[in-house]
Amino acid sequence: MLGFLSPLFEPGFFSNAPVQTALLVGGIVAVVSGIVGTFTVMRGQSFAGHSLADIGTAGGSASFLLGISPLFGFVAMNLMAAGVMEWIGIRRPRGRDLGAALGLAALLLYLDTTASSTTGATINVLFGSIFTLPSSLVPVIAIFSVVAAGVVLAMYRPLLLSSVSSDLATAQGVRVRLVGIGYLGALAVAVSLSAVTIGAILSTALLIGPAATALRITNRTGRAAVIASAIGVVATWLGVLLAYDSYYWFPSRGGWPVSFFVVTLVFLLYLVSQIRFGRGSRVQRAGVAAQAG
Amino acid sequence: MFSGLMLNAWESASIVAVVAGVVGFFIVLRGSAFAAHALPNGAFAGAAGASLIGVDAIVGLAVFSVLGALTIAGLGRRARHDVATALVIVVMLGLGSLFLSMTTEYAPEIYSLLFGEVLGVSSSELLPIALIGLVCIAAIFVVYRPLMFSSVMPDVAAARGVRSGAMEVAFLLVVALTTTMAVPVVGALLIFSLLISPAAAARSFTSKPFTAMGLSALIALGTVWSAIALSFLSNLPIGFFVGSIGAGTYAAGRGWVAWRRNREASPRHSGQALRSGAAG
Amino acid sequence: MVQSRGADETAEILHVDGVSVTLSGREILHDVTFHINAGEFTGLIGSNGAGKTTLLRVILGLITPTSGTVRFEGGARRQPHIGYVPQRITLDPDMPLRARDLVGLGIDGQRFGLPWPSAARRRRVDEMLDSVDAMRFAESRVGNLSGGEQQRILIAHALISRPRLLLLDEPLANLDIGSEQEVVDLLSRIATQQQIAVLISTHDMNPLLPVMDRIVYVAAGRIATGTTDEVVSSESLTKLYGHHVDVIHVHDRVLVVAGRTDAALQHGGNESIVELV
Repeated sequence: MLGFLSPLFEPGFFSNAPVQTALLVGGIVAVVSGIVGTFTVMRGQSFAGHSLADIGTAGGSASFLLGISPLFGFVAMNLMAAGVMEWIGIRRPRGRDLGAALGLAALLLYLDTTASSTTGATINVLFGSIFTLPSSLVPVIAIFSVVAAGVVLAMYRPLLLSSVSSDLATAQGVRVRLVGIGYLGALAVAVSLSAVTIGAILSTALLIGPAATALRITNRTGRAAVIASAIGVVATWLGVLLAYDSYYWFPSRGGWPVSFFVVTLVFLLYLVSQIRFGRGSRVQRAGVAAQAG
Repeated sequence: MFSGLMLNAWESASIVAVVAGVVGFFIVLRGSAFAAHALPNGAFAGAAGASLIGVDAIVGLAVFSVLGALTIAGLGRRARHDVATALVIVVMLGLGSLFLSMTTEYAPEIYSLLFGEVLGVSSSELLPIALIGLVCIAAIFVVYRPLMFSSVMPDVAAARGVRSGAMEVAFLLVVALTTTMAVPVVGALLIFSLLISPAAAARSFTSKPFTAMGLSALIALGTVWSAIALSFLSNLPIGFFVGSIGAGTYAAGRGWVAWRRNREASPRHSGQALRSGAAG
Repeated sequence: MVQSRGADETAEILHVDGVSVTLSGREILHDVTFHINAGEFTGLIGSNGAGKTTLLRVILGLITPTSGTVRFEGGARRQPHIGYVPQRITLDPDMPLRARDLVGLGIDGQRFGLPWPSAARRRRVDEMLDSVDAMRFAESRVGNLSGGEQQRILIAHALISRPRLLLLDEPLANLDIGSEQEVVDLLSRIATQQQIAVLISTHDMNPLLPVMDRIVYVAAGRIATGTTDEVVSSESLTKLYGHHVDVIHVHDRVLVVAGRTDAALQHGGNESIVELV
């Protein structure tokens, strides 16, 4: 059909089962990340997302030991961490908590590598395993995604209001605390999903990159969430494609990592939006100004 | 535990700990946890790239962390809140993973750069580590007063001739140097813990600035020593202990503060409290 | 209204001459000229946004004026010893810095190297803390001090370097009435006893009326300067603002209001009267 595009696609791309899974999962996760990420950026909580991902590493590592999929480990750990964050009432976990979590992660990863003698565990947890996801996990991922996105969409207006100004929201009868908890839960799940696909350490990119780009392009939150999801999907699919193609590239050691492509694409798109659309949109600035610090 | 190989580990880790404690004091004072996170991550990419092109990893560490320091200083206050900088950190990591994927030493290399390879420090590496550590500490001592001044009251300090921009650059360069010498020993992810936890704990125990800095170094030293010893005895990785002990000392510090506050609120002391509070 | 302070020296500590500042295309200050002598207590009065902070920053050397000059004692272009008390500084309650440490920074905080503790230094800090009545909380963390306590420490910090000029930015903004009075008295004492020129930037001149020697009244980037009686009058301020302004004296307070009072009376309407300062 689009014959002239075929050189872009190395043979067997579309019929390759892991690729199909990767595209499906990547697409779903990108959409969820775009939606949740829009609010993350508006609330100025980019580093909260980043910290959560680091903390989640401990959970992801633990899963390997327990023989379960890292997704559950991530989710459990992140939900716990998000709960603690909310309980302490601070916007992002402080360094020491991070240190403890990282220490735990180090332990568990080490135990992984000795116990199962697959050093791939490290790579999986830290840099994602989108090509090696068992297809049985796909429905689980789908369910988690729907729940996370659903929570955010259900709370859309109160969440928007409390993200721009929590005082204003309280005055209008919004249960800011409740909304905050719901949002943090959705964030925890979104970060976990992203961690499974492109890795714990890089998951922030999928969360905030497309969202920040979208918020440069438009003032309207709803539109921004849609655009963010679209950008995320494009970056992820393109990343999968390039990773597949790169199998034959220098230095031919099995291709370049998917996560690298996704992250770089996201960043490039962000840069382009910065250049093209100048200083931040009102929505983003209002959100950041209200939550700065 | 104190055999030849372990001796290197003790020594290198001690040096790293003292430097981290001293530099960490200012990181916590200035609220620069972000830089403490970003620079090691950038350094990771540098080391990965260096090992790819066959250059000594230390060179990559140094170059990338210095570049990172200058970039953060250049971006100024925006760096703290800006999405761009969060993305840059992550891109650095992505680059690092790319470089490493191109080498044959993928997984072990990642692991040692991220979590450190304290047992892998050779005698020949001790001297450079010690020298860089010495430079870092000397630099902090030299800028101690104006950095203190500028960190606490930037406007007033500026009116007295202390340029906050210059202080920021100088400080970040010291952090970059610290990263360079510390990452091979304790790793990019754990250096963050050593930079923050001891300093945060120290400030709970004392209100005198110079004492807090010294205490921070001591706590870092204690943390690292305990971690090595426990790791040796239990065969669990050092990183685990560094992280947990770090968190423990911080919690102890918070506990101490809470206990002191309770004491001051007790009836025995309320008279004094009233007197000092009334005319304030 | 004001008793002359009777300074022995009439050394000119600060001379601002024709200063204009344009930032991002907006003219913030236009042709500002005034001077302050040793021992004088001057109020820099104006509502927020009038240009007070910019003028302060010009004097501090933090902003370069687009035109005009700022000169100090003896015609010097840079004054090494300006005591500056900012409105507030953000402090972490955990910050490991005691009140006496912050004051100590005023002695040599700008010099390189480590602080060298000595008995003489400690004595000097103690004396300064005593003079602002802050010995009680000398050992407390600066992050735990109340607004008033913090301010005393900032004043002590500014004074310890023996400045000739003391600049305070909205020092009374966060204080209750009782503390307001204490601080004004303290500053007035400092001005006379130590022959320091004190310049206070504030939007409310009333607490300063009893002690002000001179006023620099800022409105929309322009100033009127002189004694309080000269400047704070309907004619003078009308000229400055460029539209009709009334100065009303109520008990001991001065109210500066703008509004079409005559129009309001004529039509019996509700023309809003805006209190300017």
